Amino acid sequence: MSNEELKSELVALHPSLVFEEGGEWLNMVIEPSELIPFAEKIRSADHLFFDYLFCLTCVDWKTHLTMVYHFSSTKYRHTIVLKSKLDRNNPEIETLCRIWKTAEFHEREVFELFGVKFLHHPDLRNLILPDVWNGFPLRKDYEDAVNMIKL
Amino acid sequence: MIEELATTQEGDLVINVGPQHPSTHGVLHLVITMNGETIKKVEPHLGYIHRSIEKMCESLSFRQFIYVTSRMDYLSSHINNHGCALCVEKGLQIEVPARAQVIRVLMDELTRIASHVLWWGALAMDVGALTPFFHAFREREAINDIMEETCGARLTMNYMAPGGVMFDIHPNFQKRVHAFIELFKSKIDEYDELVTDNVIFKARMQGIGMLSYEDAISYGCSGPTARGSGVKCDIRKLYPYEIYNKLQFEEIIETGCDSYARYLVRMKEMRQSLSIIEQLIDNIPEGEFLAKTKAVLKLPKGEFYSKVETARGEFGVYIVSEGGTTPYRIKFRSPGFSNLSALDHMARGQKIGDLVAMMGSLDLVIPDIDR
Repeated sequence: MSNEELKSELVALHPSLVFEEGGEWLNMVIEPSELIPFAEKIRSADHLFFDYLFCLTCVDWKTHLTMVYHFSSTKYRHTIVLKSKLDRNNPEIETLCRIWKTAEFHEREVFELFGVKFLHHPDLRNLILPDVWNGFPLRKDYEDAVNMIKL
Repeated sequence: MIEELATTQEGDLVINVGPQHPSTHGVLHLVITMNGETIKKVEPHLGYIHRSIEKMCESLSFRQFIYVTSRMDYLSSHINNHGCALCVEKGLQIEVPARAQVIRVLMDELTRIASHVLWWGALAMDVGALTPFFHAFREREAINDIMEETCGARLTMNYMAPGGVMFDIHPNFQKRVHAFIELFKSKIDEYDELVTDNVIFKARMQGIGMLSYEDAISYGCSGPTARGSGVKCDIRKLYPYEIYNKLQFEEIIETGCDSYARYLVRMKEMRQSLSIIEQLIDNIPEGEFLAKTKAVLKLPKGEFYSKVETARGEFGVYIVSEGGTTPYRIKFRSPGFSNLSALDHMARGQKIGDLVAMMGSLDLVIPDIDR
């Protein structure tokens, strides 16, 4: 499906989507509270069938955090980028690991490095960092006099 | 290095494997809950070699950050560099000269063979056969010598540059690769005779570590791990980069879903890589090896994603640029991280003695997972 066709299909599925211009794939922004119903629809709809979540990450924009999900379909080979803006002081979003199992590890990584809390995650603990770690290293205002070398 | 942690109330035994354990090939720490010899749960604890490469890259220029990725998957360092160079080229819309494209693909495939050969030797050693390890290192040495002559390094090649490759190939390169092709053609048959049809090896691998087609996709598996479960996921075929769409090669798909299927995929992939090298080695076009670029690279504001097929699977580079000389945010989607997440699912209900065979069939490289 081309990006225009995808766009019209997704708008029909979820009218409140906000599309972003540019990029090779279709970019869209969704409210955090609407993530789960939308994700379930694009996973199960036969003509969309986004079964492969190949990249899940977060970007710190200093005023807010943005979750970035890259989905593609192993059946139709189309790709979309879904984003969701979170409050930087209290970032919370529903987990996707009941729909895509790969989200479990990726979300744990985002949890420790950005401090995003994933609601209903089965095992939300630090994965890469030690169990006790102060601060969120991939945030822009993170300072660590011991472990960080400034170039 | 296996030590008892605790015995839970239901009589389950909790043990540590690693972080210093020979079969983890690095510093992977697994906490395993067992009932008798049956695995109930495998919990990976990562980060023993975490260097926060993504944070580091935020203060490196678009020329510099490419070379940090050699330290992630050190067996596919050339292909990792390739993915990063592609992403920068995508952002700046640089056209790579034909000669550089061919050199890049040749180097990629040599790297893939070197990685798969080492994996083959190490896997056989993990399941109890020591001889293949020495055979594997003998052939890997030949590739390392070729790399050393052209790139100046044996492990972290750092040969890529945005717009092509850093310097031209060594005058001996073609002669040496021809010699390697002749050598490896006979050796790969020897590998199959020695291990592939060995009845003990088959008994250790077949039916072990089952991963269904749906689960492989759901866990985000890629590369030979997913192709062993019948998933078509070769980036070289699906999203061809450089000159892969002009080459004759097959995507290897096995439907066994077990450790042996993943083993077969990699063994057959080596032959495909060898055929790609044969197609290209006498057809390296003349011309520039590096496109002219500005001294200081500035990616336009926006987001760029590129992916390549490393020896372990899909390696993605996601760059968020604010128009400056350094990336605002970089995410490396490493294949090993997603492949490892499927280990718990594979291991449940299996015997502890088979865990090493399962881990070996995933071809884990720990710095690639920890980043």
